[in-house]
Amino acid sequence: MTACQTSVRQERLLVATRRLRRRALSDRRWSNVALYIGGSIVVVVVLAGLLAPWIAPYPPNELDLAATLQPPSGDHFFGTDELGRDVFSRVVHGIRLDIAIVLIITYVPLLVGVTLGMIAGYFGGWVDTVVNRSVDIVMAFPFLVVVIAVVAITGPGLVGIFIGVLAVGWALYARLARAEMLVIREQQYMLAAKGLGYSTARILGRHAVPNLIRSPLVFSVADIVLNLLLIAGVSYLGLGVQAPTAELGVIVADGQAHLRVGWWITTLSGLVLVTIGVGFSMLGDALADRLGEELRLTV
Amino acid sequence: MVRAVGNTLIRQRQRGGPGNVYRYLGRRLLHSIPVVVAVTVGAFVIIVLVPGDPALNMLGYNATPESLAILRRDLGLDRSVPEQFIGFVRGAVVGDFGESILKKEPVRDVIATRAVISFSLLFYSAVTAVVVAVPLAILSAVRRNRWQDHLMRLGSMITFAMPSFWLGLLLALFFAIRLGWLPVAGYDKTNVLTILRSLTLPAATIGLFLAPILARTLRSSIIEVLDQEYVEAARARGYRESRVIGRHVMRNSLIATVTVLSLIIGFMISGSVIVENVFAIPGLGSLIVDAVLQRDYPVIQALVLFFGLTVIVINLAADLTYAAIDPRVRLVTG
Repeated sequence: MTACQTSVRQERLLVATRRLRRRALSDRRWSNVALYIGGSIVVVVVLAGLLAPWIAPYPPNELDLAATLQPPSGDHFFGTDELGRDVFSRVVHGIRLDIAIVLIITYVPLLVGVTLGMIAGYFGGWVDTVVNRSVDIVMAFPFLVVVIAVVAITGPGLVGIFIGVLAVGWALYARLARAEMLVIREQQYMLAAKGLGYSTARILGRHAVPNLIRSPLVFSVADIVLNLLLIAGVSYLGLGVQAPTAELGVIVADGQAHLRVGWWITTLSGLVLVTIGVGFSMLGDALADRLGEELRLTV
Repeated sequence: MVRAVGNTLIRQRQRGGPGNVYRYLGRRLLHSIPVVVAVTVGAFVIIVLVPGDPALNMLGYNATPESLAILRRDLGLDRSVPEQFIGFVRGAVVGDFGESILKKEPVRDVIATRAVISFSLLFYSAVTAVVVAVPLAILSAVRRNRWQDHLMRLGSMITFAMPSFWLGLLLALFFAIRLGWLPVAGYDKTNVLTILRSLTLPAATIGLFLAPILARTLRSSIIEVLDQEYVEAARARGYRESRVIGRHVMRNSLIATVTVLSLIIGFMISGSVIVENVFAIPGLGSLIVDAVLQRDYPVIQALVLFFGLTVIVINLAADLTYAAIDPRVRLVTG
């Protein structure tokens, strides 16, 4: 009887372990798949952006009034628009421009935010209060409304977007860096560096930064998606990159007027935008899986 | 946007410590004061920071010196900056933002008519999002870490990376142009039915874009509730699974849904600005874009203030209601 009970218990334990292992495996499998697929998309996109002038079969603004609104074909992979411009070439150049802008509007705020957050966390006191309150204030605004307000001052164009994003984008990085700083401030190596009489700049730059930069960097991958959508959205509204410059949001907006006769302009250029976004989301998700749940973008 | 949601949720989880309702209320109210001040100053400085002469920007170079002088006086540009600010605040308190240069009517009236349309759209979008997200969240919570859950995760990633203007155009292409079920764009205010028809595609666009965010949060909240003893107890009583989920789990998870919706109000407003422009809905979102393109500064100032205050008030209301409903939140001070 006792032997029988033990064997039942053992079997249950075995089933439970197997189930847990299967779950863990399926989780890790997802994370790996996301890492590889996301990573490949990002590599392809960055290469396409870097090599745009060589990949694009036509110049992005070359008109061909003899071949307007041609559906996709071997000559024009994504068809042509109402002015006979090759949509594929425009999209490739659009990727180049968008990636460049997105990297700037993601990593400049990261630098500013991490620096401010680190200083706030390290020194505490009124510096911390000022930074923290500013973060709260900035985060209370709808992001797009801030950007639009800045564009109202500067006029439509990239300058307004750069300022608007910088004004808002630093806040979350500051919060992340500050939280990390509060933890590492008390670590032995930090106290040791202080005890050795190193300058504050050296303590922060050489000892703190390498230890607190991980979570801002992981979050930045996901942030790229938001910034990509923002830049394309604002340009779609006519407040960002101005037509006829090839930018993905501008191309989608151009195609809207010809949706009935040329579905491919809007559909295919938007699809590229989605693919890039999914690539960065997957990469960000996989990195967050490995480096800490709290950095996941989707709540 | 999402940053704000994540941030608030993180903050709510992180901070602990004792407290009571009134202290919580007081602190929460105190914390919104600097934000309100910042929003007001932010809306005001737009006209101060505009390079060149705002009156000239608005009227163009063909304007006569007399009309420029009149506009400068109307905008208060002939006064010092502190005086202008006091004037702006005084006007804002009573809802007087001057006259729209573009529409030639008081800014207040322009905003009031359009706010009704925008808020109906937001409400309709929220309902759509809930209808889509709740079943998905239940499915992925009950089948957590199975293929249904992974599919949901992939799906939410794709919708999340999808620009709302593109999603809107695709929906228009399919449901309006191919199938002809709904209007492509525009706002037909003949009767309730035509209004609903005009707002359906825009609401679906915003709803589909919100649903994954909502579903992910709701999923974690359902999973949390599923582990509670009262759920076990309900099962032990032999209730059907549908009743356990419907009566015991959902009721406790819905608070989370409503809270998340109010936390992402800023995100929803951002979405509506773009979607209103896609579908030519005459709401506040299309108004602000038109105003920026046409340099209608009084309208821009009023809208920046209005959007900012809306977000603050709704977030505050959500936090307070949540604290009133769920005593555990009071322990958490932000």
